[in-house]
Amino acid sequence: MRYLPKSPADRAQMLREIGCKSVDDLFAPIPAEYRLNRDLKVPRQMAESEIIDYFQERAGSNAAGFALFLGAGAYHHYRPVVIDAMVSRGEFLTSYTPYQAEIAQGTLQAIFEFQTMVCELTGMEVANASMYDGSTGAAEAMLMAVRVTGRKAAVVARSVHPEYREVMHTYTQHQGLPITEFAFLENGRVDMADLEKKITSDTACVLIQSPNFFGTIEDVAAVADLVHKKGALLVVSIAEALSLGIVKPPVEADIVSMETQSFGVPLGYGGPYAGVMATKEKFVRQMPGRLVGETRDKDGKRGFVLTLSTREQHIRREKATSNICTNQALIATMATIYMTIYGREGLKELAAQNLAKATYAANELAKKGKILFPGSPRFNEFVVQTKADPFEINRRLQAKKIIGGFPLKWQYPELGNAAVWCCTELNSKEQIDAAVQVVGQ
Amino acid sequence: MSDRDIRKAVRHVNQNEGLIFERSSPGKKGYRLPPLDVPEVDYKKALGTAARADLGSMPEVSEMEIIRHFTRLSTWNYAIDLGMYPLGSCTMKYNARVNEVVARFPGLANAHPFQSADVSQGAMRVMKTLSDCLLDITGMDAITLQPAAGAHGEMTGILLMHAYLQSKGNPRKKILIPDSAHGTNPATAAICGYAVENLKSNSRGMVDVSALAAQMNEDVAGLMLTNPNTLGIFEQEIHKIAEILHQKGGLLYMDGANMNALVGKTRPGDFGVDVMHLNLHKTFSTPHGGGGPGSGPVACKKILEPFLPKPVIVEKADGTLAFDYDRPKSVGRVRMFYGNFGMHVRALAYIMANGPDGLRQTTEDAVLNANYIRKKLEGDYDLPYQSPSMHEVVFSDHIQEQKGVKTGDVAKRLIDYGFHPYTVSFPLVVHGAIMIEPTESESLEELDLLVDAMKSIAREAEDDPEMVRNAPHTTRVKRLDETAAARKPILRWRPAATKTAAE
Amino acid sequence: MQRGPDSVLQTAKESISSLKIQLLHKRQDSKQMAYPKDYKYTKEHEWLQVKGNTGLVGITDHAQESLGDIVFVELPKVGSHMEVGKSFGTVESVKAVSELYAPASGKVIEINESLNQGPEAINKDAHGAWMVKLELSDPKQADALMPADDYEKYIAEEK
Repeated sequence: MRYLPKSPADRAQMLREIGCKSVDDLFAPIPAEYRLNRDLKVPRQMAESEIIDYFQERAGSNAAGFALFLGAGAYHHYRPVVIDAMVSRGEFLTSYTPYQAEIAQGTLQAIFEFQTMVCELTGMEVANASMYDGSTGAAEAMLMAVRVTGRKAAVVARSVHPEYREVMHTYTQHQGLPITEFAFLENGRVDMADLEKKITSDTACVLIQSPNFFGTIEDVAAVADLVHKKGALLVVSIAEALSLGIVKPPVEADIVSMETQSFGVPLGYGGPYAGVMATKEKFVRQMPGRLVGETRDKDGKRGFVLTLSTREQHIRREKATSNICTNQALIATMATIYMTIYGREGLKELAAQNLAKATYAANELAKKGKILFPGSPRFNEFVVQTKADPFEINRRLQAKKIIGGFPLKWQYPELGNAAVWCCTELNSKEQIDAAVQVVGQ
Repeated sequence: MSDRDIRKAVRHVNQNEGLIFERSSPGKKGYRLPPLDVPEVDYKKALGTAARADLGSMPEVSEMEIIRHFTRLSTWNYAIDLGMYPLGSCTMKYNARVNEVVARFPGLANAHPFQSADVSQGAMRVMKTLSDCLLDITGMDAITLQPAAGAHGEMTGILLMHAYLQSKGNPRKKILIPDSAHGTNPATAAICGYAVENLKSNSRGMVDVSALAAQMNEDVAGLMLTNPNTLGIFEQEIHKIAEILHQKGGLLYMDGANMNALVGKTRPGDFGVDVMHLNLHKTFSTPHGGGGPGSGPVACKKILEPFLPKPVIVEKADGTLAFDYDRPKSVGRVRMFYGNFGMHVRALAYIMANGPDGLRQTTEDAVLNANYIRKKLEGDYDLPYQSPSMHEVVFSDHIQEQKGVKTGDVAKRLIDYGFHPYTVSFPLVVHGAIMIEPTESESLEELDLLVDAMKSIAREAEDDPEMVRNAPHTTRVKRLDETAAARKPILRWRPAATKTAAE
Repeated sequence: MQRGPDSVLQTAKESISSLKIQLLHKRQDSKQMAYPKDYKYTKEHEWLQVKGNTGLVGITDHAQESLGDIVFVELPKVGSHMEVGKSFGTVESVKAVSELYAPASGKVIEINESLNQGPEAINKDAHGAWMVKLELSDPKQADALMPADDYEKYIAEEK
């Protein structure tokens, strides 16, 4: 086996030195009746070239090279080649969690830069080193709000990503934390009157997404006003991080939970992505996840360490802020490099291009169907209502190597034949025109 | 300090790469966008009050600087690619490069999770094949690949137990956890709404079966057990343990963190485990990446299958694959989409590179390596438990402590010898634990280097304890002031002239 | 103050033990910290100083010494009630968390705000760095606690 650096003679010598006759002696602690006396039923040992062939074939039976108009929590953006060149370096790729700070300064400093950039983008004061993804991050944000406020209920907008809401439900069901949902308006924004009715003195937090699942940008300040008047915290979930290039950051929120997939992370059929949680300094001790802090060594040299670890499971055990251990460090590093490449001007320029593409596509599709939720600002997603069933439209599009929008019929039956479409800098005018033509057929 | 200069990794003591923000200046660019082929939109006008003013201190740097910056940072990291990483319980094994290549094939890397099943068969087939492999490896009946990491898998597994017991009428109140367990176990039990009850180990470092029998009752949902446990010892009475739990209607959860000691040799499903998670980033070699991503599939027995997170992948009569969302008893989703798919690809590539013979040999080599180190270091370091070791061995600093040298000091000194430290002070049941897991990826030469280094440090602890206590001596930064970091946390960079008004 | 196996990571224990060793070395040169005679002490290593109906609460020098560099103290809100024997807050070092247990019942009338910014004061002068001022429900509860001599014997045995 080519990964194993030992010759038969090495093994024999080692067994001799240990004082064993055969390697079976080492497995003697396993009771005989539970030992496996057959080969595992897994594919036979393959050459590297065969492995390449196998996965090339699998990759080939997916929709590679199709034009993509799907967003809905996973966004196709261009990935500069520098990202993979850097994260493929063994020193990033094959290192462990930076517990031994003296020989992990690379990871630690990169994460410190990540935390800083997330703070800059979200308008929060502190950010952690990552969560699994946006959905689990949002669920953990709710649990954090419970710890901060001592209250035991949550109110969540129905315009939050349906799968995020499912994850929230899974996380909170045994915490005695009931979740109430509230409605959205014809303009796509949250229904403030409904929200006001649903917040009670038990409400720990209100969670909204902006841009929401329909692509509508929420009036975060107005929601925050209402939520804070009731003594609850406002959690803002951001699924499309690139929106922050041109959209005002949710500074009025108490906790921001963001998915960073848009920042240089491949769609990868849904993962790995990286969530991140950001908040105000005063809440930092209730925040889950690793944190990197700046300090000095004994010669006074700047360095970075994992800090405030007493919040975490390896110290506080069942009283920890979360059970999270492994996070998404390498993905956060990808996002850091992406944010560095585009930077202060590029993220703005890129976001503006996304807006332009989506605006063009929405205008064109408006000629073939109805664009829902008018009158509110949007970023790169919008909802199109059509006469035909969106699943049927998508079948027609697929025949032309185009993947259409996400049909909303299952999750939002009241919207009828509607689908949420996404356009990024990767959608050319040509692609958009071709898709519009099929939709109009 | 004769060995002060021993080092393998190249150091960059003269490099003082600052933070990327300190390289930034207005007008520098690391990108160029193509020209816009649709009408431009004035975002300030389109977004109105929702428009952003500016992006504050986000960096502005050129591509060359970005490459240098991150390359330099990378050189400050230790990595498996540089040398042995004997972190007990973490399984730092070789991460094959072909895995990285195949995971980046456009058809897999660019697949959108919501693209329809008929144009996702390749991705789904990868998940299905991996699932089938893991089921045979574990001896279980059903599996989900959705959990993103080990702790996330633990949560999923305990939720399955909860849902199952609930369906029997009573979810129960407590989870038993041995004193040697990972911190994630009690934290997980708490998240799932269970109280945690500690289970003591016996003098052989195994679960005290009579204590278990005494503590087991109708209030206990089950036991979370790591096997081999965190002492690297196989729980020889595992079948009795399972029996005690099952007799009182409880379930046995196995933390699969140490599954690399068992693959191809024995199967948890055969020795009574009801539900377990696997760490693809440990046993199946997906890279740790400085702390993640991981992947924590959960495998279970038939009785727990109805409760698996949705969707579940199913094979239809015509041989095509589909996601089944119609799972009324499901515990729900634990993550959006289908899990860390990129890790599924890598794990399957690893299994294929090994085959049944390679996987077995891998397990044997891992156990052989640990026992070799045990044999060589016994005497120089105290071995608190005499029970046979599987894939890792736990010593203690008992001998060195006489001179005031603690496990943490020996660990830091190991850095000067070009190694990453072993796991320090875990498991909790060993005072001053030195937990070494070499994995199968180390050659005899590399093992001997580690043994020599450890023996040398044992001598140094006798002759010059002060020097060991101040290690490392060869790193870019010395021991860092963690107290100052925690007392006055600095968690982000700020520009020198703080622009408080603007913020 | 009590360090249960649940709340303490072994690495923390290590740093605590190594600190102990350093302190033991120091002790040979410097005099051991005196335990004030007018304080009363708990088995969990808190002290209580009673003045009429009010009481000051802190942790002992022994406690700070075994905990190591203290980085954070979480104290109850002014106006809240503390129940004898129950946890009223936590004290943290870099890698350990310990619960604080009330030596007596009462209403919190003041907390030592300066500990928020400078928790190291506890390391420097544990018997001066009080944490909370209580309006005691029953000053007689102090009678159940150990006087200084007994406490010193108690910690000598604990070692």
